[in-house]
Amino acid sequence: MARTLFDKIWDAHVVERMGDGTCVLYIDRHLLHEVTSPQAFEGLRLAGRKVRRVDATIAVADHNVPTQGRGLPIAEPESRLQVATLEANVAAFGVPYIPITDPRQGIVHIIGPEQGLSLPGMTIVCGDSHTSTHGAMGALAFGIGTSEVEHVLATQTLLQKPAKNMRVQVDGTLAPGCTAKDIILAIVGRIGTAGGTGHVIEYAGEAIRALDMAGRLTVCNMSIEAGARAGLIAPDQTTYDYIKGRPYAPQGEAFEQAVAYWRTLPSDAGAHFDRVVTLDAAEIVPQVTWGTNPEAVMPITGLVPDPAAEPDSARRAQLAQMLTYMDLKAGQKLAGTKIDVVFIGSCTNARIEDLRAAAAVAKGRQVAPSVRALVVPGSGLVKAQAEAEGVAKILQDAGFEWRDAGCSMCLGMNPDKLTQGQRCASTSNRNFEGRQGPGGRTHLLSPAMAAAAAVRGVLCDVRDLVS
Amino acid sequence: MTPFTTLTAMAAPLNLNNVDTDKIIPARFLKTIRRSGLGVHLFDSLRYLADGSENPDFVLNQAKYRKAEILITGENFGCGSSREHAPWALLDFGIGCVIAPSFADIFHENCFKNGILPITLPAEVCAELMADAALGQNARISIDLAAQMVTRPDGRRIPFEVDAFRKKCLLNGLDEIGLTLEHAGAIEIFEQRRAAAESWQPTIDGV
Repeated sequence: MARTLFDKIWDAHVVERMGDGTCVLYIDRHLLHEVTSPQAFEGLRLAGRKVRRVDATIAVADHNVPTQGRGLPIAEPESRLQVATLEANVAAFGVPYIPITDPRQGIVHIIGPEQGLSLPGMTIVCGDSHTSTHGAMGALAFGIGTSEVEHVLATQTLLQKPAKNMRVQVDGTLAPGCTAKDIILAIVGRIGTAGGTGHVIEYAGEAIRALDMAGRLTVCNMSIEAGARAGLIAPDQTTYDYIKGRPYAPQGEAFEQAVAYWRTLPSDAGAHFDRVVTLDAAEIVPQVTWGTNPEAVMPITGLVPDPAAEPDSARRAQLAQMLTYMDLKAGQKLAGTKIDVVFIGSCTNARIEDLRAAAAVAKGRQVAPSVRALVVPGSGLVKAQAEAEGVAKILQDAGFEWRDAGCSMCLGMNPDKLTQGQRCASTSNRNFEGRQGPGGRTHLLSPAMAAAAAVRGVLCDVRDLVS
Repeated sequence: MTPFTTLTAMAAPLNLNNVDTDKIIPARFLKTIRRSGLGVHLFDSLRYLADGSENPDFVLNQAKYRKAEILITGENFGCGSSREHAPWALLDFGIGCVIAPSFADIFHENCFKNGILPITLPAEVCAELMADAALGQNARISIDLAAQMVTRPDGRRIPFEVDAFRKKCLLNGLDEIGLTLEHAGAIEIFEQRRAAAESWQPTIDGV
């Protein structure tokens, strides 16, 4: 029977299938960070259990880490305790750990692919919803709660039922100035924040195939913003070329054997998808969110919607609430909206390609005097590469703050956060109320669009700056 | 895990769609290494004003809902972050059951791991329950997990669906890890078979 990429990975990892369809699903890679693991280790300790496979597990601190003063003690006591707790736990249980001062430290979803830890055909989990990112490698990767983190630590498996298959087909070619971020924002806008609930999304089509790995990782990263626990892209030559030679990837003969297997993974012709959605890449223009969930997104050329036009009363009230929170008026142009902060970073957009895209816009320009602009590379290695290439210098000369790696202002668990009422153009993934700091207002967009907003001081169309 | 069998309690109406887990508990309260004590931060941005005082308009701050144990809410409840701190905060506040037209996947899963029963019912039924909840103190709603039945204050009964395996775990307060470890032999055989067939699969031998 014709199977999808998801079906194939699932089938290859079923240890046992129970009568009601619940499966014991084997997990190949377990990524840990400091926020969602302490209670899991505590659970192991209380039950006298061990980590079943330390050689399939790796930990890094990313959410709490300050992006300045690397190597100094973390000033904030609770953050310091959480990182110290991770360090004590990995030492006690023998789990491999990338220390904060290691150049390879970074956001867990950046370093998985970067280190060759995330490979096609694998099952990958982490106590973090953006684990969907790794699906770009052709892996089944999804976020889990802390109880499931404990379950994987103890058993190297999860109890799960298979998800439904959904294909999002993006045909055609992206126009200049448009990026992977604009593709995924357009998809979330189309299917909604619950559009992928219960499904795994496979992204396909000419525009997806044309993306480099950085772009594919950006697309899969935000699958959860469409409600899908996992997003997938079939591995191809782009994938294999990216993986080859990475530290934790198979090397030499083993790599060739791996590729031979990976080539069997793409969905078979005629495989069944429960739902198919099609977009034309040529119609996508740079996207910006205007509201307080990721489906509240529109082209930068758009006008803020009018709640009065919404027939459903509950939705109308929520639209009005969004506009109040965002301090926007119905019918106003989104372009021209003044911003206070620009954040370029996060597991969505902090790879070297993202920083290059920002630098290409910022080059020879200056961050507007009223704007504070931060660049937070996704890993120490991305930072070093950007410095070696001159990307860092371009951004610094333009007036961007150049920071150390971490999750930073995506969710404000470290000192980088918005203050009450500040408006931010952000390359991150969530624009929920207070996400970047209490009372902060978030507009999600691509790195190029964020850089354009930084130099103009307002939300604007990057195509006006680079054409 | 504490079993969930039956619950007869006051229900609070939270008439919002797409309540994300940042709204259930903001990231700044995730810096704990414990599961307990999060109830005070539940729905922080809705529950407290900028000066830290209680927002009198928020449902859980109203005298009749302070002891609510059931939450009736809108579609896609619990979307966003995978933080299990969201069900921990609900539980710590005293909420043992959430009824909504739909839930986000990870939150839904996390509820079952913590003895919280998430019940999915059609939007129009949730609207009726929301109206029941609006009656306050005297409107107690009953949940019977074994019978898969919600009983409204006027005695009308509404059946609901629940996954059989999760139901069993909730009813008996089962330790899922313990259950899975009963398959330890099969896990070992799986590992040996794959190690032989896919010798190229890399391991993480230190950093």
